[in-house]
Amino acid sequence: MRSAREALTASSRSPLLSALGIVTIAFSLFAVGLFGLVAINIRKALDEVSERVEIRAFLSDSADIEGVAAAMKDVGEFPEVNRVDYVSKEQALERARKEMGEFADVFEAGVLPASIEVHLRPDQRSPTVVKSVADRIKAYHFVDDVRYGEEWVEKLYRMRNIATVAGIALGIAFAAVAVIIIGATIRMTVLARAKEITIMRLVGATDMFIRLPFLLDGLVKGILGGLLALLLVWVANRAVNEYFIQTIFFDREMIFAGILGGALMGVFGSLVSVGRHLRRI
Amino acid sequence: MIRITEVAKEYPRSGVALAHVSFQVRKGEFVFLTGPSGSGKTTILKLLYMDDRPTKGEVWINGVSSKNASGRDITRLRRRIGIVFQDFRLLEDRSAEANIRFALEVTGAPKATIRSKVARVLGQVGLASKATSYPRELSGGEQQRVAIARALVNDPFVLIADEPTGNLDERATRGVFQLLRDINAAGTAVIMATHDLDLVRRSNYRTIELNHGRLVFDSAESPASARPFDEPFDAHDTPTSSETI
Repeated sequence: MRSAREALTASSRSPLLSALGIVTIAFSLFAVGLFGLVAINIRKALDEVSERVEIRAFLSDSADIEGVAAAMKDVGEFPEVNRVDYVSKEQALERARKEMGEFADVFEAGVLPASIEVHLRPDQRSPTVVKSVADRIKAYHFVDDVRYGEEWVEKLYRMRNIATVAGIALGIAFAAVAVIIIGATIRMTVLARAKEITIMRLVGATDMFIRLPFLLDGLVKGILGGLLALLLVWVANRAVNEYFIQTIFFDREMIFAGILGGALMGVFGSLVSVGRHLRRI
Repeated sequence: MIRITEVAKEYPRSGVALAHVSFQVRKGEFVFLTGPSGSGKTTILKLLYMDDRPTKGEVWINGVSSKNASGRDITRLRRRIGIVFQDFRLLEDRSAEANIRFALEVTGAPKATIRSKVARVLGQVGLASKATSYPRELSGGEQQRVAIARALVNDPFVLIADEPTGNLDERATRGVFQLLRDINAAGTAVIMATHDLDLVRRSNYRTIELNHGRLVFDSAESPASARPFDEPFDAHDTPTSSETI
């Protein structure tokens, strides 16, 4: 209670310094937030693309319906497989005509073979899994050819991995910069109150007693900075949505984690700054 | 109550600050600590309130030894010691009353106790009418009285004063010194570091003199006539960095 009052009085005594602290925290978290937003949107885009990963097995004209149906049932029971669809010759023709409207009259009935389309589970789309499923499907005697765009699948996965690693590395770097900036901001407050801290020590205040108002100060600044950063990221996201491309925003858990992250950074920054000061005097 | 035994203090950069210093202070005693700037007065006071620890020897004060005092021991000890400085060290943004209250608040004292104690010490130092004044509205002598009131508010067994009259004119010096005498008469020991030889000569209190970090005179162990300070210290002495806290 006393610590809260002290923290509040200290902040109100130097409103400019406090505002500067909050804005600095907000900007560093804004950078983290923007990066996070880009990261989740890239991830979403990649997820959408990988949705399309499918294996297409073209059937020979001699394939008998019962055999194909039995095979589809078998394939459907592979643990990696989500769904298996049958595409008849007519459906293939119709789809081709629709997809390539201007060449619609080129296609004639019976030109395109019937096929089965195998959709994989989201966690089973790595190049090795795709290849192994394709190989098993190829083993059926009525399957003429199997296509799954090996190169494309591999590229997609490599991109995903690079995006993930870069995301984590840059995220950590941004967070570290944010912690340093928060520490420096709190340090200014600590220095502004250095005389008070010296007197507190001389009249017998415990270190915890001295620290607590600063920790609360850091906590509040972290939360306020986090909220301000959230607002900035939201505005930026709206602008991108309006003028460029459709993007998604953080979900509720991510927002909560972001603000909590700001609060923790604030507390951590204070802890380091005050600790260093207390050790020095 | 206070025992300093064979104490030495060396700083990595400025070298020897104290060497072979030993003396004791009894309960309720008034002791002057004199000597030129850089002689080690402030260092001794710092060792007494355990802001620093000796390189050799032992400082023993009210049951707490410099050899094994924990952070908690030091915190507790400081609540029973009053400390006063030449530059007052008041918080400029708080009233006289708030400055004094601050010393009690940090110890977690209950509100009612704080109110009555603050009123009592303000009366004791003669500033009851200036409770709501800010330091900038007070004279040097009055500011030092506020600082003394802050030092007294926890009922210390000893008041440690580092050049408390150093920034004051003669009249204010007399007033503050009289206040310290009254505090001592009421039973609190006072250890006062000072340059002011007139003050020392005029009173009959025990005097310990330091020079170059060594104890060169202790009136408790020598006859009064043997006092060495017939000549004043170098009048141009200014406090060195090791003398300020």
